[in-house]
Amino acid sequence: MTAPSRALPVLEHITDAPRRDHTPIDHASAAKTFNENPDRVGWHDAAVWFVREKRDAAVAAVPEWEALRELASSIKEHTLSRLDEYLVEFERNAVANGAHVHWARDAEEHNRIVHEILVARGAVRLVKSKSMLTEECGLNPYLGARGIEVVDTDLGERIVQLREEHPSHIVMPAIHLTKEEIGETFATHLGTEAGNSDPLVLVGAARLHLRERFLRAEAALTGVNFALAETGGIVVCTNEGNADLGAALAPIHIASVGIEKMIPGAAELAVFVRLLGRSGTGQRVTVYTSHVHRPRAGQELHIVLVDNGRSAQLGRADFWRSLKCIRCGACMNTCPVYRRSGGHSYGSTVPGPIGSVLTPGIDLVKYAALPFASTLCGSCTAVCPVKIDLDAQLYRWRQIVTEKGYAGRAKSVAAHAGAKALVHPRIMSVLGSVVRAALRILPSPVARMLAGAWGKTRDLPIAPKESFASWYRANRGGAPTKGAPR
Amino acid sequence: MRLALFTPCYIDQLHPHVAIAALRVLEKLGLAVEVPFGAACCGQPPANAGFERAAEPALAAFVETFAGYDAVVVLSGSCAMHVRTHAASLGVRGASVAERTKEFCGFLHDEVGIERVAALNASLPRRVAVHIGCHGLRGLGLASPSELNVPRFDKVRSLLETVRGLTFAELARPDECCGFGGSFAVGEPAVSTRMGQDRLGDYLGGHAEAVVSTDVSCLMHLGGLARRGDVRLPMLHVAEVLASSEP
Repeated sequence: MTAPSRALPVLEHITDAPRRDHTPIDHASAAKTFNENPDRVGWHDAAVWFVREKRDAAVAAVPEWEALRELASSIKEHTLSRLDEYLVEFERNAVANGAHVHWARDAEEHNRIVHEILVARGAVRLVKSKSMLTEECGLNPYLGARGIEVVDTDLGERIVQLREEHPSHIVMPAIHLTKEEIGETFATHLGTEAGNSDPLVLVGAARLHLRERFLRAEAALTGVNFALAETGGIVVCTNEGNADLGAALAPIHIASVGIEKMIPGAAELAVFVRLLGRSGTGQRVTVYTSHVHRPRAGQELHIVLVDNGRSAQLGRADFWRSLKCIRCGACMNTCPVYRRSGGHSYGSTVPGPIGSVLTPGIDLVKYAALPFASTLCGSCTAVCPVKIDLDAQLYRWRQIVTEKGYAGRAKSVAAHAGAKALVHPRIMSVLGSVVRAALRILPSPVARMLAGAWGKTRDLPIAPKESFASWYRANRGGAPTKGAPR
Repeated sequence: MRLALFTPCYIDQLHPHVAIAALRVLEKLGLAVEVPFGAACCGQPPANAGFERAAEPALAAFVETFAGYDAVVVLSGSCAMHVRTHAASLGVRGASVAERTKEFCGFLHDEVGIERVAALNASLPRRVAVHIGCHGLRGLGLASPSELNVPRFDKVRSLLETVRGLTFAELARPDECCGFGGSFAVGEPAVSTRMGQDRLGDYLGGHAEAVVSTDVSCLMHLGGLARRGDVRLPMLHVAEVLASSEP
């Protein structure tokens, strides 16, 4: 093996520590930091909303859209309900096709399997197409620490890899960056002219750089969008053709698959292919929809089936439907909170609404804040191509987080006291008159201060002299009716 | 028909004029409406904040108070959705109240009918931006949400179209959340504030002279931001518009 010709990105400096760390994610603080630059929030929101609008236009052109969603949801629910059988069927057919099938219980086991495949064949240069599963498993730092050069070949992923960042979106990993920032990154790492941020120049430089890596790669790892039980085949959807280039050139193809990616067969695939591109980017179909069934002559094909918490999620009555996800990213694009807090604020591989229902199942202490990073507006549920009831699942996680006491004691005491008062109209009426009096009497800066996080940016309501109840008593005569049991 | 009006706690205490307007609209429509005060709250705010169990007595009090009515008109999409979604967990009585609980605009549109509402002869010569609260929109189906590929309808707009002189501000994002979100407004103040400011920007871009909503909670947030930012946009509940007779 010869030494790499150009300095490698300093992968060894990224440890897998952050992903193993159980320190709770503070979404509100991260979002506050993101909002310290209002212009950035503005263009991030506009850039991501633009994709939502492209999605809307593509969806409007498909009259049977809602029926497709329903069908896709049913297929996924069916497959998940007998996932064990489909997985075994897939393995049998894939092995018959000449693939090696590996089973990984968790991230560690997945990383070890991939490493062993590479070591056994003396491969030290790996090219990788987009795979959120390997992000989730922390594969890059794991292999980097063991002397393997990993090059992400999806343009967005390569950009964040060079910057030693994580993707901020599962479909558009570098959506948080401006072209000027990318120009700086490329000037540093790829030798482009400093200050040049012409997209054509940058893309040209990335192409040359990546071609070189493709040609000398000794193994290629791809993600998988769909695994077909009936034929043992896998399907990878990309817009850049990088998965194909990697897999077609390298003598070893490793495909890492989350077990929830299983579908019965090609007939079902047709439904999902129509939904994925339109939901993700507003394209009728991804530019490349590549089917891999068997290794070409002289090549090895390894398929690693990864659980990493998925079967635990499948066992949760309130949350198993989250496994229907096809990773289109539409819930991120539509989420008004995601667009204004940025993907990194979630501190998880998969950000946005779907991330906030998946991650608490992996580490409840760490991700306790995420189900609260939502207004429960329900746009995610309505946009989801496989009809995951995201807002309802966020609501359920909130209940679990507070029951386990992760919401913070002060919040809990306040909520319980508040909830007690709410039952008693008379207590509420007394509290209400105190609040109204305070709002009228106190100078507004004092009232604002007392109103805490509310009053910092918002004026308080102008308090009326009397409540509706007392108006009613005075104007509609007698005591208000108590309500009578039927 | 025994009809009850439920005013959420924050309307009762801080925005009584909205409840008065709603009461007058219902009375003017010839409906005998009662206002029982046995329940101050349906329990929605603590439940959405993750304290569903602690909020259950409030929901139970709501069910007890309104069990004897044929319909309960609620002056909030969020509260109505909470009762409709969760009251059934309290048993048969809860399920029956859930079914008969209607948000104000949905009730007027579906049960009273546009013709009778038009006969109110309301008048408000203003260009208004309409904000349907997300729970009323997507949870109760007050309008077709922009995400879905379904025939377009908007019950709130249909009601407002009966108001003489009223025109609509066309918005770039007609159903984006305002960022109130209950405890979200204080738990995530930075994003909540930015979401509300962006809505205000959209309203001003559409040359709106007022904002009309199904939910006073959204309006408290939007109104608070507007007044802090010296943006002169009156915030009105649909009931206030239907009760108005500005020449």
